[in-house]
Amino acid sequence: MASDFGTAIDIARSVRDGSTTATRVLEEHLARVDAREADIHAFNLVMRDEAMAAAARIDADIAAGKPVGSLAGVPIALKDNMCTRGVDTTCSSRILEGWKPPYDATVVTKLRDAGAVFVGKTNLDEFAMGSSTENSAFGPTRNPLDISRVPGGSSGGSAAAVAAGFAAASLGSDTGGSIRQPAALCGLVGVKPTYGLVSRQGLIAFASSLDQIGPFTHTVADAALLMEVIGGHDPLDSTSLPGDAPQLSAVLDRGVEGLRIGRVVDLPEGSEPEVLARLDAAFAALEAAGATIVEVRLPSLEYGLTAYYLVAPAEASSNLARYDGVRYGMRVDAPDLNAMYAATRSAGFGAEVKRRIMLGTYALSAGYYDAYYGKALKVRRLIADDFAAAYASCDVVLTPTSPTVAFPFGDKTSDPLAMYLCDVFTIPTNLAGHAAMSVPFGAGAHGLPVGVQVLAPALGEETMFRVAAALERAS
Amino acid sequence: MSNASTAPTNAAALPDGWEMVVGLEVHVELHTATKLFSASPNRFGDAPNTNIDPVTLGLPGALPVLNRKAVELAIRLGLALNCRVQACTFHRKNYFYPDLPKAYQISQYDQPLNVDGFLMLPGDVRIGIERAHLEEDTGKSTHFGGSSGRIHGSDYSLVDFNRAGVPLVEIVSRPDIRNSDQARQYVNELRSILLAVGASDAKMEEGSMRVDVNVSVRRPGEPLGTRCEIKNVNSVRGVGRAIDYEARRQVDLIESGGVVRQETRHWDDAEGRTHTLRSKEDADDYRYFLEPDLVLLDPETEWVESIRASLPPLPAARRAALASLTAADKESEAVYVVVERGQDEYVRAVADAGGEPSRALVYVQQAFAEESATPRVPAADLAGLTVLERDGKVTATQAKTILAELVANSGGDAAAIAAAKGFEALDTSAVEAMVDAAIAAQSDAWAKYCAGEEKAAGALVGAVMKASQGKADGKVVTAVLQARRAGA
Repeated sequence: MASDFGTAIDIARSVRDGSTTATRVLEEHLARVDAREADIHAFNLVMRDEAMAAAARIDADIAAGKPVGSLAGVPIALKDNMCTRGVDTTCSSRILEGWKPPYDATVVTKLRDAGAVFVGKTNLDEFAMGSSTENSAFGPTRNPLDISRVPGGSSGGSAAAVAAGFAAASLGSDTGGSIRQPAALCGLVGVKPTYGLVSRQGLIAFASSLDQIGPFTHTVADAALLMEVIGGHDPLDSTSLPGDAPQLSAVLDRGVEGLRIGRVVDLPEGSEPEVLARLDAAFAALEAAGATIVEVRLPSLEYGLTAYYLVAPAEASSNLARYDGVRYGMRVDAPDLNAMYAATRSAGFGAEVKRRIMLGTYALSAGYYDAYYGKALKVRRLIADDFAAAYASCDVVLTPTSPTVAFPFGDKTSDPLAMYLCDVFTIPTNLAGHAAMSVPFGAGAHGLPVGVQVLAPALGEETMFRVAAALERAS
Repeated sequence: MSNASTAPTNAAALPDGWEMVVGLEVHVELHTATKLFSASPNRFGDAPNTNIDPVTLGLPGALPVLNRKAVELAIRLGLALNCRVQACTFHRKNYFYPDLPKAYQISQYDQPLNVDGFLMLPGDVRIGIERAHLEEDTGKSTHFGGSSGRIHGSDYSLVDFNRAGVPLVEIVSRPDIRNSDQARQYVNELRSILLAVGASDAKMEEGSMRVDVNVSVRRPGEPLGTRCEIKNVNSVRGVGRAIDYEARRQVDLIESGGVVRQETRHWDDAEGRTHTLRSKEDADDYRYFLEPDLVLLDPETEWVESIRASLPPLPAARRAALASLTAADKESEAVYVVVERGQDEYVRAVADAGGEPSRALVYVQQAFAEESATPRVPAADLAGLTVLERDGKVTATQAKTILAELVANSGGDAAAIAAAKGFEALDTSAVEAMVDAAIAAQSDAWAKYCAGEEKAAGALVGAVMKASQGKADGKVVTAVLQARRAGA
């Protein structure tokens, strides 16, 4: 979907060459925030003063002839589960309301060093648990393309902020599709990098073995630039991969000639016909650009959802246990310690978070571990094996990102399983630790955007971005 | 505190037909500069909550990064305990408590770092080491108000997170220990090894070494009985007392028709008894699972071998070497004590300087308790004294006096001191004359001595010593007395 707003690359170039200033760029974005944020609710916090000060510093540096980074003056929004020193970081949860981290996430430091200007902290499903941003303790975010509909989730605020022109780009986190699905529903590019490519230091954990930070942008080239800034080894994250960030901007023009694109013949059912039609069109476009379409089987894909809803809640039940009212965040006083824990966590967490903590606690409990968590780990290995077999005959796999276009509020909130199905195509990537991204590829039902998902093996970002760029050119 | 098997036993015997089976779980704090997963100092005794950081406090978004030095010390310890060092993983042990900041402890579960070792006790008793794994310590809670000193019933509690995240190794023995003497020997020997390899300062009183005891009883040859775990044992002596109490409690319970329940019990040192802390049914379900924030720890072979090559001689080998040098029993008190003080190399230096090794061992054990591993008296000076005594130039008593002089002056020429004090050992004929004089002067004592009352010799020897102004050799005097009695 063509954007009405400038790309990050254009903004940075214009700021550097003096045809505009970081301050002017920021003011344009803040003006759009003033005009539409009341309807959209993309942000938990608009960092107006901090952003103005940061933009002024960039402008002063440029005026003084100092070198500036590749994102100089680019307004960027951060999902509110990334730590920002001295700035409220809530995960859209009452339990963290008012907590100010004493440190920045590694991605925040890297973006700031590159000259980015942080516009604000964006809304999310509480602790990133959800697919519509309806699970936020601070109210839902609306899709800027149709405010009667959800923006997707859990990074709905980050998607909406870019789609509404509040920021030129944003960061989200993707545990089971939380970047790709809202990107698809808001008509944006969204990337879930290979596990370990982007540091998780300072990302408030949902499910540590699945969580990965990635960008939302209007264009594939912007996404490549953001990846170059935020990627690379971080000694503060033990799961961080060695090596520098891949240089993706350079590969975008290479085309797809000779690449083998996998079409999954046993794709789980349930997608809207318009979504499947756009997927067919994407295959046709890539074939026309010189790629070969090959059929692959991913038989364990259908078990991904089940395995995910054991692995992710199990890790979450442990990750979220620290919110106990003892050291920071909310505390509800009670006569004794256990009553204080119960009162604090009952008041502090929303229904979906409690559901997943209970699921995960159960899955890890003595007597149930083997049947649930243990079995889910085996499925996880099966999925990785299936992907490995598929990638023996193809370079990337194409699937829908989301089975549906953006849906109306309340459509799935009464049925958790229906909501979980939103992520059927995105979850397997996280379980395998692979790379995947969503690229807008035309419109589906109600004229709403459809995203096509490009899946690649671990560290297959270069090929993935070549395919994404080809799809963008054809859309 | 002595390891020597020759020391009198403190172990209380169980009634006939019963045997105790004991295993120990020992937690030791590793002597690192920083914590296991963060850069905060690992230091005891600082003001509360000063050695903290986002990782220590479990702040959202903070991630653990493994301390290589802690791994190295843990491997040193594992190798010193004859363990196999293997590729290993970390797990989360989940439970809620205010001094556990993340509500889980990062520990090792089914794939620990060190496995299948052993430790030797006096009498060639081999105690198996099941595992020695790495984990992080918790913070420290202090409960105010209430009577129990525990959180329930207290008015308020304070938590100090300085200790949270301090690296620990948990050393789990196999249930190979059969009495409380062995348990105490095991703890002492483990402590000596920890100190020797520099892994820990191993102070039970500061909590840098903590011992939990598993006790069960059975009739010999029968399968293992139900065990109880005893916590809050804070001294080596307490280890022995707690085991003897608990084993006796279990035997009495079974003999009176009762059944031992698997439970955790609390040792009350003042009362000298154990109390139920929690039963197995109340035990936490720790929901262990692989720690996703850390990766496989697979120490490279070259690293492990370089650590092995850098290990100092261990206490057992040093005792054997010292015993061989000094012709002493390797399980004698003198050998244990001198090695424990690290003064065995000094004894070797005395021997190398031409000294008499067996005398040197005795002098060092008796006179150098307050000295460091390298006593201030030069080895050559002590060597000179041992030679004087060996050659009969001075008596044992005179040697003692000279030794005191050497210690007081941080050295000196033993021969010169002997000359200055007019010390010279009397020849036997002079001693014989003095003995005869003493017998004549103290006929009562002589009569008793001849009647077989050995103590009566004391008065006679004392008289000779007085007459000789300490120059007579006590052993010679006694020998002359015995010869006179035999001939009487």
